[in-house]
Amino acid sequence: MDIPYIVDERPDTGLTNVKLGIWLFLASEVMLFGALFSSYVLLRLIAPDWPVGAEVLNVPMGTFNTAVLIGSSVTMVFAYASLQMDNLAGFKKFMGITIGLSLLFMVVKGFEYNHEFEIGNFPWTSTYLAIYFTMTGLHALHIIGGVIVNAYFLGPGSKMWETNKTQFTNRIEAAGLYWHFVDLVWIFLFPVLYLL
Amino acid sequence: MSDHVQHHIAIYKKVAAALAVLTFLTVAVSYLEVAVPLAVTIALLIAATKGSLVVSFFMHLIEEKKSVPLSRRGIGLIIGSLLLTALFFLVIIFIPIFGHADKVGTYFTLPNANAPTVETPAAH
Repeated sequence: MDIPYIVDERPDTGLTNVKLGIWLFLASEVMLFGALFSSYVLLRLIAPDWPVGAEVLNVPMGTFNTAVLIGSSVTMVFAYASLQMDNLAGFKKFMGITIGLSLLFMVVKGFEYNHEFEIGNFPWTSTYLAIYFTMTGLHALHIIGGVIVNAYFLGPGSKMWETNKTQFTNRIEAAGLYWHFVDLVWIFLFPVLYLL
Repeated sequence: MSDHVQHHIAIYKKVAAALAVLTFLTVAVSYLEVAVPLAVTIALLIAATKGSLVVSFFMHLIEEKKSVPLSRRGIGLIIGSLLLTALFFLVIIFIPIFGHADKVGTYFTLPNANAPTVETPAAH
């Protein structure tokens, strides 16, 4: 059985099920990360001492990664806009850049993690490092998930463009909404963990 | 259709520029020597501004608002569920803060009270 209302809007909600579904999923994601932000507040309030993030982590690397992730969000909206203008080649170009920037983010994050491990900073070293690795680790898992989905849409998934343009465009919109959410989480993680 | 999209692309570029400036600003401000509560407030204000730009324009939430007329479907399912989520998010963020600030049940003395103070050594 086909899922209904993936191309046309459902009259009573005024939305496609794709869009409502992804927004509800993102709402649940807000609560998932919210629980960790809440834990961060609790741990920090009761901690006898708390390091300044900038003295433990590499702020220039973090800033660079913030720019990379925001850049990937920008290319993601360009990929979506290309499909709206009936331009599959443009979509492939921008989606390719989005995936490239996501991988660059992971590489930089890998260097950061590696550096922490080299100087003996592990998740069990301190409460600060525990919450740092937990939150950035969960965020990194989200990046990996997004890269897999986006790579599918760039590769085999893009065949749908030939059979159903609207459905494919809706899929990219949903993937884009998820990707911007991942960017949004980082926008808060960066100052909270690196700067405060 | 194409004009509509072109208009969007122009907005995306402006938002991208604003996000770049705000990222630079977040880092620059963190080097100022200000008290911790002020630093936290500034950092979170900038992050909230960036976040609302992403949600409003990249995630098109501004248009979701427009596409659901207030008279027909209330505030709309997307905005409605997000408002509910935001409410619960604030609740879980403030629970530890209120818990930390809560002094009910903690033993303390008023200046004129006759109650023994914490410093009073226990009688042997």
